[in-house]
Amino acid sequence: MTTLTTAAPRRLPFRGRFQGAALGVVAWLAGILFVLPILWMALTSFHSESDAATNPPSLAASLTLDGYREFFGAGGGAGPWPSLINSATASVASTLLTLLLALPAAYALSIRPVKKWTDVLFFFLSTKMLPLVAGLLPIYLFAKNTGLLDNIWALVILYTAMNLPIAVWMMQSFLAEVPVAIIEAAQIDGARLPTILWRVVAPIALPGIAATSLICFIFSWNELLFARVLTGVVAETAPVFLTGFITSQGLFLAKVCAASLVISLPVLAAGFAAQDKLVQGLSLGAVK
Amino acid sequence: MTVTTPPTRIAAASPRPAARRPNRMRAWATRAPLLPALIFMIVVTQLPFVATLVISFFDWNALYPDDRHFAGFANYSEVLSTPELRKSVWTTVLLTATVVLVSLVLGLLLALLLDRKFRGRAAVRTMLIAPFLLVPIAAALLWKHVLFNPEYGLFNGILHWIGGSGAAQPDWISEMPLMAVEASLIWQWTPFMTLILLAGLQSRDPQLIEAARVDGANDWQVFIHMTLPHIRRYIELSVLLGSIYIVQNFDAVYTITSGGLGTANLPYTIYQTFYQAHENGLASAAGVIVVIGSIILATFALRVVSSLFRAEVSR
Repeated sequence: MTTLTTAAPRRLPFRGRFQGAALGVVAWLAGILFVLPILWMALTSFHSESDAATNPPSLAASLTLDGYREFFGAGGGAGPWPSLINSATASVASTLLTLLLALPAAYALSIRPVKKWTDVLFFFLSTKMLPLVAGLLPIYLFAKNTGLLDNIWALVILYTAMNLPIAVWMMQSFLAEVPVAIIEAAQIDGARLPTILWRVVAPIALPGIAATSLICFIFSWNELLFARVLTGVVAETAPVFLTGFITSQGLFLAKVCAASLVISLPVLAAGFAAQDKLVQGLSLGAVK
Repeated sequence: MTVTTPPTRIAAASPRPAARRPNRMRAWATRAPLLPALIFMIVVTQLPFVATLVISFFDWNALYPDDRHFAGFANYSEVLSTPELRKSVWTTVLLTATVVLVSLVLGLLLALLLDRKFRGRAAVRTMLIAPFLLVPIAAALLWKHVLFNPEYGLFNGILHWIGGSGAAQPDWISEMPLMAVEASLIWQWTPFMTLILLAGLQSRDPQLIEAARVDGANDWQVFIHMTLPHIRRYIELSVLLGSIYIVQNFDAVYTITSGGLGTANLPYTIYQTFYQAHENGLASAAGVIVVIGSIILATFALRVVSSLFRAEVSR
């Protein structure tokens, strides 16, 4: 690190180029190794139950949609639709509520910061670091005594609390990039805070807001412990529906695979859509 | 863990000058947008912890609600002296440490591979992220039934392919229960580590590295003396955040072993103690122990986040 000469790009010698290509191959192999279980799961979901349960595995068995038909309730038993709808309700409603609370908070932490705004920011972060499981019992007792047990709105509230710190952190960093001059101009024109947030800040920060919502959606959709404890028959979510597959039920591999894939599909879609901002969400905004 | 970041004051400089004339009305107007979120968080996340703390001092089984009485630290000594409960503390530590360290090493290797230019880099990156984007319980079901199943799971199928009909066909989950849980979690969490470390690698100054190469540094020297110091904070961050998430893991333990065969970690034990055994006091004491452990982790994590954050703000 002694000099900062801008050297001409080095021409790689043959060994270097060969090494580069070899490392590229290793990277491809690693990628394939990681995605292979998912591809195998997808393939199995299109096999018949008897083809799915052979050893050694039958790669070239004929494809069928039976696993999906079974999962959606063709063979009797409870279908997954109510749980999918519950999951969608809990995830979408809690994401909207999170945005509604996080956007003004982020405004007060970046554009027009309160005193000691970093302390407030770190308070939000610290709540994310305490395990929610430690509050499980009082929350359960509270829900039981107020009739919120087996009610999807109890999950909406909890998922909002679970995601709010992440949302505040991410939004804070996105809003900090909105030029102050635009906001001051709007204020001179007599715009009030809700108008400023909605008409001026939101459109500029829209890509960031979209990424934040996708990440909140993923975390809410995935949550199992609280859904397992707080819901039963009516408000059961999709991950709780999947707990029905924990104990083996004879030949059911294709059905399990179909179920796992269908229920993961919204998360896979949201995750790939938010790929670029995923790190920022997962690291609670610390890494950009 | 080697957290050597010096203690940092969290209150960093405000990026924009505060209001010139601190007038009380205006101060409240500035705070108003913050209050709904702040009050919501305190009510929903802090009050339950206080309640847990209070309940942890009571002998309270939900099946005998009339027999509830103050018990002092009895629940804590029971948690720490009952073999199963004490074991779950140890299992939590072991599970978290194994998953975090193995994912970190794999994640670092993968991040270094992805940091190079090669054909199809975006595709490989997407493939590597995929495991993280399965619903956790779906991933656990995949490992339990599709990969580990002793009769028709993929692992034994592959052994069958390689070794012929006489190949060993282990019952993975009963023979190595904790490793089975760890393997599934490592598969899901390596992408997380890779993403954070890759972000760290890509924030290096390429000119600086080029300069070092011109001065005759080889790959290994560049890695040890330049890359590693630069991504140290990212490594700390991924270890700490990974620990915080994995300490709380419930889905994999619940699905793959149902807490059996010595794999019950604290979150699973808390769930079982209150949901199945109805021992409210005991579950709360275990909860408080998890909180104390997390506070220790979080103190370090906050310090790392704060140093990264201040570097960002001052940029």
